[in-house]
Amino acid sequence: MIPAQFDYVAPESVEDALAALAAAGDEAKVLAGGQSLLPVLRMRLNAPEVVVDLGRIPELREISDDGEAIVIGSMATHSAVVASDLVREHAALLARTVAEVADPQVRHRGTVGGALVHADPAGDVGAAALALDAEFTIVGPGGSTRTVAGADFFVDLFETAVGEGELLTRIRIPKHTGWGAHYEKFVRVAHQWSIVAVAATVRVEGGTIAEARVGLTNMGSTPLRARSVEEALVGRPATEDAVRAAAASAADGTNPPSDLNGDSDYRKHLATVLTRRAVLAAAQG
Amino acid sequence: MAYLKTLARQQGWHDDLKHPTEESQMTRITVTVDDVSYTDEVEPRTLLVHYLREQLGKTGTVVGCDTSNCGACTVHLDGVSVKSCNVLAVQADGSTVTTIEGLATDGRLHPVQEAFHECHALQCGYCTPGMIMQSIDLLRDNPDPTEQEIREGLEGNLCRCTGYHNIVKAVQYAAAGGAK
Amino acid sequence: MTVTDERPATKEVGSRRTRKEDQRLITGRTRWTDNIQLPGMLHLAMVRSPFAHAKVLSVDTAAAKGAPGVMGVFTGADLAETQGANINAWPITADQVTPTHLPVVVDHVACAGEIVAVVAARSAAAARDAAELVDVDYEELPAVLDMKEALTDAVLAHPDLGTNKSAFWTLDSAEAGTGADVDEAIAKAREDGIVIEREYRQQRLIPAFMEPRSTVVDPTGEQIVIWSATQVPHILRFCIAATTGIPESKIRVIAPDVGGGFGGKLQTTPEEFATLAVARKLGKPVKYTETRSESLLSGHHGRDQWQRLTLSAEKDGTVTGFKVELLADLGAYVAIVGGGVPVLGAWMFNSIYKFPAYRFTVQTILTNKPWVDAYRGAGRPEATFGIERMMDELAAEVGVDPLAIREKNWITHEEFPFTTVAGMTYDSGNYEAATARATELFDYDGMRAEQRRRRESGDPVQLGIGVSTFTEMCGLAPSRILGQLNYGAGGWEHASIRMLATGKVEVITGTSPHGQGHETAWSQIVADRLGIPFEDVEVLHGDTQIAPRGLDTYGSRSLVVGGEAVVRAADKVIEKAKPVAAHLLEADVADIEFTDGTFGVRGTDKGIGIADLALAAFAAHNWPDGLEPSLDAEATFDPDNFSFPHGTHLCAMEVDTETGATRMRKYVCVDDVGVIVNPLIVEGQVHGGLVQGIAQALWEGAEFDDNGTLVTGSFVDYTLPTAADTISFVTDHTTSPSTTNTLGTKGVGEAGTIASTPAVVNAIVDALRPRGIHDVEMPCTPERVWRAIRSAGADSAGAAPSAAQPHFDESEGDVQ
Repeated sequence: MIPAQFDYVAPESVEDALAALAAAGDEAKVLAGGQSLLPVLRMRLNAPEVVVDLGRIPELREISDDGEAIVIGSMATHSAVVASDLVREHAALLARTVAEVADPQVRHRGTVGGALVHADPAGDVGAAALALDAEFTIVGPGGSTRTVAGADFFVDLFETAVGEGELLTRIRIPKHTGWGAHYEKFVRVAHQWSIVAVAATVRVEGGTIAEARVGLTNMGSTPLRARSVEEALVGRPATEDAVRAAAASAADGTNPPSDLNGDSDYRKHLATVLTRRAVLAAAQG
Repeated sequence: MAYLKTLARQQGWHDDLKHPTEESQMTRITVTVDDVSYTDEVEPRTLLVHYLREQLGKTGTVVGCDTSNCGACTVHLDGVSVKSCNVLAVQADGSTVTTIEGLATDGRLHPVQEAFHECHALQCGYCTPGMIMQSIDLLRDNPDPTEQEIREGLEGNLCRCTGYHNIVKAVQYAAAGGAK
Repeated sequence: MTVTDERPATKEVGSRRTRKEDQRLITGRTRWTDNIQLPGMLHLAMVRSPFAHAKVLSVDTAAAKGAPGVMGVFTGADLAETQGANINAWPITADQVTPTHLPVVVDHVACAGEIVAVVAARSAAAARDAAELVDVDYEELPAVLDMKEALTDAVLAHPDLGTNKSAFWTLDSAEAGTGADVDEAIAKAREDGIVIEREYRQQRLIPAFMEPRSTVVDPTGEQIVIWSATQVPHILRFCIAATTGIPESKIRVIAPDVGGGFGGKLQTTPEEFATLAVARKLGKPVKYTETRSESLLSGHHGRDQWQRLTLSAEKDGTVTGFKVELLADLGAYVAIVGGGVPVLGAWMFNSIYKFPAYRFTVQTILTNKPWVDAYRGAGRPEATFGIERMMDELAAEVGVDPLAIREKNWITHEEFPFTTVAGMTYDSGNYEAATARATELFDYDGMRAEQRRRRESGDPVQLGIGVSTFTEMCGLAPSRILGQLNYGAGGWEHASIRMLATGKVEVITGTSPHGQGHETAWSQIVADRLGIPFEDVEVLHGDTQIAPRGLDTYGSRSLVVGGEAVVRAADKVIEKAKPVAAHLLEADVADIEFTDGTFGVRGTDKGIGIADLALAAFAAHNWPDGLEPSLDAEATFDPDNFSFPHGTHLCAMEVDTETGATRMRKYVCVDDVGVIVNPLIVEGQVHGGLVQGIAQALWEGAEFDDNGTLVTGSFVDYTLPTAADTISFVTDHTTSPSTTNTLGTKGVGEAGTIASTPAVVNAIVDALRPRGIHDVEMPCTPERVWRAIRSAGADSAGAAPSAAQPHFDESEGDVQ
């Protein structure tokens, strides 16, 4: 199908993009990689009057090192993130998670920032960003800049702290150098959105888990941190039994959806199994 | 669809769908497709695949779905594989596109085209342009893939005829240098 | 009878020729219907009902008519005089209830997705824009969506018909004289044998061919030209003429490159008729191409049965009777083959076995869901699933290996030809040979050993082995039998051969390939037959002006029926050429021998090539008196019988008992499809067929919400497998030549799909059987497998239900 008509602007700076958004008000839609937006427009489930394309702003594609953290421009593509030595070394969980997003063609176009702002609860990137304590830089009208922590970034289904007229410009991820990481994604067929997935990264010292971070995908209206699991893992050996015991609480307090791919109780069960598997795999490196 | 409809309902999108009544702006783009440079006026809503097929007559690239699942429309945009139904033509302004029609040079098939023929990796042929374009991309990234890497590299392309068996064989055949 | 093959050695038939078709398909030089652009061509968009059941009170088209680029907006009322109808060509009983099916509805919508109005505009985008402006006022009616509920007639899919029951059809071996009374067999088994009773669900599937359907109609010339992405150009032409009043001679239908069908394109569709009607109204070329979402919703669906099965056996596992009671959901209309699809299963539930007593009944039912018709296998996959699941259940009850229970009951190779309890005569086969080869390739004993190890060690990943020994009837079909079944057409096929002056040969076939490789296979056949190079043969098809006679491609019929027509046309060419060769060689026609493309005179070295004779016909300067100057020939072949491919499929599935996820470990199949013309093409057909059947077992299912909205309406939710979800297969074949055609071929197009579904489900159930699980409904999703494991665990304290006890709930809706 063909989208409804819209006007198109492709600003070449963040300032111009903000100005374009301000001018269009609530009739605008931001186009990042377009891999989620374009199907929605084609199905005519949304019909913005103006589409503001961020694709011509090179600075938003940069991936850099600020000493304590790596900083990823919101328009960095999934494949750029997967290929980035910086990300692989200091935020292995993000690299491994993003490598599981959709398919190669979509990863070539789709952007990490676009996926995060789209905030599909079945999307993969959020769980890893949350687990890695990412901070989000949001710019607004007039260039005002604020930084939001993960817990405040994800608000609800398809809703983030990025408000009307604002843009996500950077994702800052504190270095987790030397941490093992794994993203355990459960799907029925490979091209599906996650039914449930678990992003786990752990720092193991001498066979003992010193620190652990666990993010859950599609276990509620936003990505979630399984903090009780994280706490239970600390100081425990990276063994099947110990991790199994810690993972048992993975679904506590979650409210996953029921749909064609699984009822809520099944997803809760999956979360415990997948958390155990993700943590064990992460502990192996 | 269920997913997208849920999305629309949650966003309240259906309520504010406007009814287009006038011609929209046209945007001028310049794109190099299969080594030929074209400058055209397009509506911003025009998908790259429709631009290729309808304005340039590049009908070798086809549309198989509306949700970017099937990959039949895969082309190379600035050297990497993309689903051309999921890119606006205006986004390709200034870019270089290679389609299935631009692979053979001097009447000689690309080794991956040759491999698909030799290994009977196509039946109806509808997914084939996208499958070949993605296979080329996959081998560019990973010239010596395992069977599992080939299968995962093609996870964005649906085929209903071959059961994928011979497509995987064809990629292996091409990776091994063909009939050599 | 042991079949020995005494056919002459061949050069082309049997060789792994790579396909002629590929060159255009791998370079993008394709001619899909949607590629066609004609001067002044208009584009259509359909306004479709969002409701499953509704009255159309009014359709306001004013705003759409005023939108930019719009050339016309048409409602059902606007087109009522000219649009024709979508007909059912196979009323399975004389009193079948068949609702009228109009392409564009006038006042009653019977399923979501029906066309209410059609917009024609100068671009596809403008047509879609304007379609959004058509304002339809509906009065929503209660919809009946569940076929068991539909049986009660409490809510009617078509209120004017007064019932949802379309037809009730029976095949009873006692009545037909082909076997004993099944009720007696079951009653006896209840006393001193084994009775297995099960109810299986054949979920609704969507064919999901990769090329969305598209139709272009050019009404500007003397003939109306219709290009369509169809499997059935000839049938489409007939149906248009029969229902619109356009003389058949004024209609030319072309199926250009067609991107898959799997039965999904054997329909004559509302979209084709609507496009034709609008083109005629406007006098302009018109194109309609569906979106994928439209395709999934408005193309016909497949399968959708409840199967209530009762198998009786002696205590040693010898089957004494089989009773099959089907409910089949036809959806809102009886499609072109419609109720005939489940009926095709009637001869196949007894499969490869020697059952003494048999009864098959089917009740077809109308609901407010999209229509149902043939999908790859059409009736035979359902039957094969039913019997192969039951044979595994019987093996479990008797406590023997599933292969042993099959061997105890199957027809042995010495017994062919064999007339079955359903009255069908199988001409050839060797189930022992295929099974022996399959078990060897599979390492059956090794896999069983691994299964034991995993069971004993309590491995969270269990292994199951599934068996499917199938046969099918294909090559549709002998016209006489079709006539007895009240089918609306014959089953013959046509071919003609044109000997061109330059030595090239055109083969015109009435089959209409859409991926099967007929251009290659027919070339191989003709090259051998006429002794000419493979490259010199051009195969033409899919255009009613070029191939005027044909009955198209479906039901694995093309090679066994259409290929035989080609053989016979070629043989006629040779016979026509012999007197000419005798004339030119100044010899007696009785002394003319034809070998490797040359007509020679017996006992001499004189000869003339077939190409030289073609040139002589072109000039006609020196031609025998009384003979027409032409070597061209045509043949129409009507088979005496179906063909009966068979095979043994073995599947190993790993079942993750923690998540319910399944993973295919190994799949081996040994098929017997008679003589193979092109092994490369046959293997491809098997691979693709396997994955479609495996996909029914594991992944696919059309699901609706309570309002009758298709929730699996895009490829996001209708989950086709990818390369990453499937494995490489081990395939091999045995050869029992068919006796119904010269080459000894059998159909192969549907075999893989028919066989694989039960192999996969049997494997999953086999993995779980020690837990007391004896079924998982398809598709066997991880959640379903997990729930089966969980509830079995909860029940494990109780005694396992005895299979000798009936466990149908007699209070539920009766299957009549």
